[in-house]
Amino acid sequence: MEQFLQQLTNGLAVGGIYALIALGYTMVYGVLKLINFAHGDLFTYGAYLGMTLLTSLLLQGRLGAVGGVLVLALMVMGLVGLLGVILERAAYRPLRESPRLSAVVSALGASIFLQNALMLIYGARFQVYPEGILPQRAVNVLGLQVPLMRIVVVLVTLVMMAALYLFVQKTKIGTAIRAAAIDQGAARLMGIDVNRVISLVFLIGPALGGAAGLLVGLYYGQINFTMGWIYGMKAFTAAIIGGIGNIPGAMVGGLLLGVVEALGAGYVSVAWKDAIAFLVLILILIVRPTGLLGERVAEKV
Amino acid sequence: MNRRLLAAYALFAAALAAAPFLLDAYWVDVLNSVGLYALLALSLNLILGDAGLFNMGQAAFYAVGAYVAAILSTRLHVPILWALPVSGLAAAAFAAVVARPVIHLRGDYLLIVTIGMGEIVRIALVNDVGGLTGGANGIFGIARPSVLGHRIRTPQDFFFLIWAFVALTVFLFHRLEQSRFGRALNYLREDPVAAEGSGVNTTRYKLMAFVLGAAWAGMTGSLYAAKMTIISPESFSFWESVLVFLIVILGGSGSIPGVIVGAFLVVGLPEVFRGFATARMLVFGLVMMVMMIFRTQGLLPFRPVRFKESDVPRPT
Repeated sequence: MEQFLQQLTNGLAVGGIYALIALGYTMVYGVLKLINFAHGDLFTYGAYLGMTLLTSLLLQGRLGAVGGVLVLALMVMGLVGLLGVILERAAYRPLRESPRLSAVVSALGASIFLQNALMLIYGARFQVYPEGILPQRAVNVLGLQVPLMRIVVVLVTLVMMAALYLFVQKTKIGTAIRAAAIDQGAARLMGIDVNRVISLVFLIGPALGGAAGLLVGLYYGQINFTMGWIYGMKAFTAAIIGGIGNIPGAMVGGLLLGVVEALGAGYVSVAWKDAIAFLVLILILIVRPTGLLGERVAEKV
Repeated sequence: MNRRLLAAYALFAAALAAAPFLLDAYWVDVLNSVGLYALLALSLNLILGDAGLFNMGQAAFYAVGAYVAAILSTRLHVPILWALPVSGLAAAAFAAVVARPVIHLRGDYLLIVTIGMGEIVRIALVNDVGGLTGGANGIFGIARPSVLGHRIRTPQDFFFLIWAFVALTVFLFHRLEQSRFGRALNYLREDPVAAEGSGVNTTRYKLMAFVLGAAWAGMTGSLYAAKMTIISPESFSFWESVLVFLIVILGGSGSIPGVIVGAFLVVGLPEVFRGFATARMLVFGLVMMVMMIFRTQGLLPFRPVRFKESDVPRPT
């Protein structure tokens, strides 16, 4: 039982990270019907930017542990969001009218470019986050010893997801995003600046992805320039599980995938951990391509 | 095939045939790599270029072929060139099984599924499935091939083996392109609904393209195993699939000469500029974006056969 609960909480933490990344995929897909392959790499940029800012600015010393991390998170989110907006301008906007698959190839190209740029800057080796940023204590939750960092990750991801959900559902700009996702032409006729909505989506999605990267850096302490690819694939799987284009779906899918994977790694085999996610992805696409709550993706000819 | 293309092929073949006598072993080996990638790209071109199916898991079929050949060679001592058709068949059978349930998925989803399939195959190889694949270390001690009693050992020998296979492939695939099968594939790539409406069984043709492409990748895998004598899962990673995909897209998807030019550019050029080897993928990524924006169809795009009015028989 102890092991089960540990795996479960670990799965929730990892799942929360998947969900944060998945939100970026799902929002972009919702508005542009494009799989943003470079999104996983934006997540990696979040992790690397977090490390660089952490070591160079010494925010901890100036603002204290909690304040420092908070300011750091805002900076990382802002920078990665900006990168997302630039990416959209450079690689996707010129292809808005082209066949969908051209945009997919361009997205792949962007992913390869971003990943290798990071490698050329930082080198191919694993990078290590400075230690002792947040206290490495374990907290007693109902008789279970849970690492504090794990709780922080779960709470932060839940808060961000809730904030995004409320933003999209309750505000005027959120309504514009949803309108553009349903029908761009009609949204334009209603006076919505669709280009601005798309830029906004490319600001919010990568910002959340960047935050997830920072969380991974803080949680595991070790980052690598290729990690965005595997996290990106997992997060994409999460988005598909929940039904791509659907914001609550991405959250549910992410948490579900994290838990399934953690339990699979704990009880079946660690060596096959990555294969589990891909298998789930393929099975979902075959059996229920709409995801748990989402859009139709298979063509019936 | 028109005359100009035929002349271009003849010129190209003559230049290539002279290469092993003029270049040192290193550059001949580079040309061997180009040849293997050209074969892989031609096999993917059938799936991606002709049928328009976004497959980014070609390395999986390549791996199946290479491992089948390696296992046959090391365990059963089958001569590696006899294993060549077997590995082609194995890869084809594998493709038929995995592609059947996913072939109807829309473009970008098919892409994701094939990436997933490629990764599962790689993870399975690393985990030493059935105790046959040798785990992360792979399989070593694969016997050298021999043709008519002549043992193929040096890069020069392999050069002729590999490029003979390329020539055969190019010939067969050109024939295929103009056959009923090839025309049906082009039709369903351009307009699946109209193709279906004209009686083309789209699912069947897509599946056939997939299986045939996989068979060719499998045979290329066995050539690779024979050349290296040692294979391991890392040779069949996701990047291998990306590279082959890139060759087809850059060269001109659906165009056989385009794909060969693509193989020279993607595999050969980085060798020429070896000083910048680390920046190679960076440049590829950039080129992919720029190409999609300015020249979507590739360097030497597919040209559909045009008929003059005089070619069309008049009803009498």
